[in-house]
Amino acid sequence: MDFDLGIEDESFRREVQEFIAANLLPEDQRGPDFLRTWYDKLSEKRWIGFHWPVEVGGGGGSVIQQFILKEEMSKAEAPELGSDFMGLAWVGPAIIEYGSPAQKEEFLPDLLACRSAWCTGYSEPDSGSDLASISCSAVLEGDEYVINGSKIWTTAAHYARHIFLLVRTDRGEGKRYGGASVLLVPMDSPGIEVRPIPNLVGLHSFNQVFFDEVRVPVERRLGKEGEGWRVVMGALANERSGISESTEKERHLEKLKALARRSNRNGEPALADAGLRRELARYETLISAMRLNGLRALSQQLRGGAASTETTINKLLRGQLEIPMWDLAMGLLGNQAASDGEWQRGSLSFHGTVIGGGSPNIQRNIIGERVLGLPKDRSSGSGR
Amino acid sequence: MDFGFSDEQELLREQIAKVLADESPLLEVRRVIEGPTAYSLDLWKRLAEMGVTGLLVPETFGGAGLGWVDLVVVLEETGRSLLPSPLLSHNLVVAALCEIGSEAQRQKWLPRLAEGSAIGAVALLEADDDMSTTGVGLAGLARGDDWVLEGEKHFVSDVEAADLFIVSFRGGSGAEEVGLALVEGEGRGVSVKGIPRLDRTKPAGTLELDGVVLSSSEILSAPSAGFGPIARLGDLGALAVSAETIGVMEAILALTAQYAKERVQFGSPIGRFQGVKHPLAELHLDIECLKSLVYYAAWALDASPAEVPASVAKAKAWAAEAVTRAGITGIQLHGAVGYTEEYDIQLYLKRSKWARPAFGDEVHHYDRVAEMGGL
Repeated sequence: MDFDLGIEDESFRREVQEFIAANLLPEDQRGPDFLRTWYDKLSEKRWIGFHWPVEVGGGGGSVIQQFILKEEMSKAEAPELGSDFMGLAWVGPAIIEYGSPAQKEEFLPDLLACRSAWCTGYSEPDSGSDLASISCSAVLEGDEYVINGSKIWTTAAHYARHIFLLVRTDRGEGKRYGGASVLLVPMDSPGIEVRPIPNLVGLHSFNQVFFDEVRVPVERRLGKEGEGWRVVMGALANERSGISESTEKERHLEKLKALARRSNRNGEPALADAGLRRELARYETLISAMRLNGLRALSQQLRGGAASTETTINKLLRGQLEIPMWDLAMGLLGNQAASDGEWQRGSLSFHGTVIGGGSPNIQRNIIGERVLGLPKDRSSGSGR
Repeated sequence: MDFGFSDEQELLREQIAKVLADESPLLEVRRVIEGPTAYSLDLWKRLAEMGVTGLLVPETFGGAGLGWVDLVVVLEETGRSLLPSPLLSHNLVVAALCEIGSEAQRQKWLPRLAEGSAIGAVALLEADDDMSTTGVGLAGLARGDDWVLEGEKHFVSDVEAADLFIVSFRGGSGAEEVGLALVEGEGRGVSVKGIPRLDRTKPAGTLELDGVVLSSSEILSAPSAGFGPIARLGDLGALAVSAETIGVMEAILALTAQYAKERVQFGSPIGRFQGVKHPLAELHLDIECLKSLVYYAAWALDASPAEVPASVAKAKAWAAEAVTRAGITGIQLHGAVGYTEEYDIQLYLKRSKWARPAFGDEVHHYDRVAEMGGL
């Protein structure tokens, strides 16, 4: 048990802090070119794709250094590490693991140079939590796949250049998991239509995507046919990780404390209520646990173990923090809660991050079945 | 950075788990707690041979010279097996003597405590069950170089087993004029009284001091040193209980998950139903969070003193909250059989009622977290 960083890692932390001090302009001083310059400088440092291996142009950062980089960036409220979050977080790693040499050459350099824009096509109108039931199909005709069907809740589809698309390539009996494949599809392919779906605060971030006789060469398939489920499970584990989330929650808590300090209840300061103070202390405790859960998972990786279910645990924990924390803010706002404002919009919008990547009930199923070994839900058993 | 146990610590866990599985299964626990001593003297000797009674004692005094992370490993296992034993109280006395005992006090007591021929216990609370400085009311009167102690301590764990007590007392009119004394029991005005318990694996009672005369060499911390050492002892206790709580909660999860796999209703093991599966998943989440908080606090005790109060408060607050929930979840998912004397899950429900308030419940510790967090 040792939580001290070694000298090397401490000096890496200083390097990151110095980089931030030198390059991250205060928001009111950022011109239109700020982001481009920021990304170029990050690229020079190889901090974009820092977790990728050096052989493919990544930074080859150790897990500890990745953690430090993410934590410092998150503390400084810096922009994401790269313009294409989904591309860097799971599309790239999936291509590195399963891609052909040609696919690596085509996609990886653009990802690292922030010239890519990926979206992810998993959910369908009739396949959400039950992802294995997807029906969007790709049928091989000669050396082309012909894609028909629809994807939904597709974040960024309206500006993405490619879609990381999970399709059904085999409808055979007992092929619920085995019949899926992943295709890397250009979004300007003829037959693709993107329809925006405004979210509950009227913002346009996700879409429904329709595929009507969309043709892509067989070389666009990532991995073997029927291997799609494995590719996606690896990608989802990447999506559910995210050690920097605890620093984001720390900032959220600081803002919540500030709101509590300036709030009144029945003419008294709200914080005169010991129950409110304890509730805030409870969130602080759980945010510490979240950070430490992440460090424990990291330690397991360092010891050569696989990324564990601790990522699922933090995903579930995040929901258990987000929901009551936003709810508390709404309570503090009283009748202001129904007005329009930053807190109010946040309290409606956060649901997206809690549900995205697998709802809390799905996380509970995963823990119950894969960790505790409880019997699988009848409707979700493989082989049906 | 390494957030995990060393090979030696894993070995220690294996050894202690094996001894407890072999020599103190729950059937034996049930037998022992009905007996006159409420703990097994044979097993105590066995633990002493293994070095567990002197785990924190420096090697020069005959101990193993290990740290809090090692003790956490042991306590997880004693919690898991509901071991009825003064081991937790004993190690708190050892820790306090190691930290603040005079050379003479250490020489006198540590070898005996290490070999298990003397058993230690702490007596900090009084009838009003107040952990703060106002809760220390037992009178200490200075008489020359001596102190005369007069009063009662309540909720004293292992009161009947102990040979040596660390007792908090008030030595003056100033709010912070409180100290710690080393009191040998019984005789010389010291008497103990066990109190009937629902969780018999954690016996406790009252310690009465009737004009007990102590020389200055028996004062562990003088009233002039203030509440700090008492608060520190409270933190050590809170962490020790939190560590045992990990094992308790893991046992509740294991027993209940096993039951959910075996019990068939509506033509299916009940663990298939989300109404059963999801609370168990939540329990697993609660345990993982507790482990993270406890291991970090234990590391802080060994290596990062400034972080001790906040990290211990978080660990015990969560332990208190989570074990309460776990005890209830365990019984509820067992249904009617959980309500019987026969099924073991009830023993863990009783333990949860002990663990919640021991060395401060969630209200006490969340208040501390709030204060340290600037609220």
